Amino acid sequence: MKKIYARPKGLYRNINGYCPGCLHSAAGKIIMSVLEEMDLLDRTAMVDGVGCCANNDNYMDLDAIGTPHGRACATASAIKRCSPETIVITYQGDGDLASIGLAETMLAANRGDNITVFFINNANYGMTGGQMAPTTLLDMKTTTTPFGRNPKEHGYPMDMCKILSALRGPSYIARVTCIDVPNVRKARQAVKDALQHQVDGKGFSMVEFVSNCPTNWGLTPLESLRFAKERMLAEYPLGVYRNL
Amino acid sequence: MPKIEIEPEFCKGCMYCAETCPKKVIGTTSAVNSKGYQYAVPLHPENCIGCTLCAVICPDAAIEVYKEE
Repeated sequence: MKKIYARPKGLYRNINGYCPGCLHSAAGKIIMSVLEEMDLLDRTAMVDGVGCCANNDNYMDLDAIGTPHGRACATASAIKRCSPETIVITYQGDGDLASIGLAETMLAANRGDNITVFFINNANYGMTGGQMAPTTLLDMKTTTTPFGRNPKEHGYPMDMCKILSALRGPSYIARVTCIDVPNVRKARQAVKDALQHQVDGKGFSMVEFVSNCPTNWGLTPLESLRFAKERMLAEYPLGVYRNL
Repeated sequence: MPKIEIEPEFCKGCMYCAETCPKKVIGTTSAVNSKGYQYAVPLHPENCIGCTLCAVICPDAAIEVYKEE
């Protein structure tokens, strides 16, 4: 018997801390399997954002650093400038990248720093109890918008792929999702392309994963996939936004 | 014959694999793992065709697939 699908070597042999059905762990699995395939596991440094991303410490076996709220891109830029041979990736949620760390993200992208950003968008602050994030959908109920997000009061969802595509610095920007098998395969290709841009020294690359949050959305895992497919993908269309 | 192996300690019972499997091989029993999750098991392993779709969708990388050469 030949093993035709194996658990990526870079994942620890233990249960990870994410909720059942959370696609954070799917993103981590894809990243580790691509790093293994490209033979980059032992020269990669990961910068974790704040929040659910901190669960990566007992999931992904990489050199990692946890940063203060939102400062992952700034830390990653520093690592890359001090050690250009290291492959530097950041792993951030939407509260971390699009709200608290918006300045760091925009400036790193504008400088075209040669780092790869993985952005997990689940439309709320998952770890702290499901508060509204900049990416929360209109009319979506969260613990801080109990009557639904109202654009007059709370503004509109932020589309980070489009915002960063307006800058001249980034070389690769794509939005993918892991809600079904064809999309998982496309996500894997996008992660590979983004890392290849960094290996080739082309500049800032970002992959946004449209994700789910069964716990804070108050849905079962399978219902949350349907919600992500119907509502999240309508607001956040998939595709490659920049590929230089 | 192809075969899947599901590691009970990695599984959290989200059932994405059971939903994805075209041959409906996977289901649950009353057994739970050390974290209390009702983990997925191959209930009808004789129907498995080794398509790896369950392993691709599994967020927690709990499934490994074997096939004869």
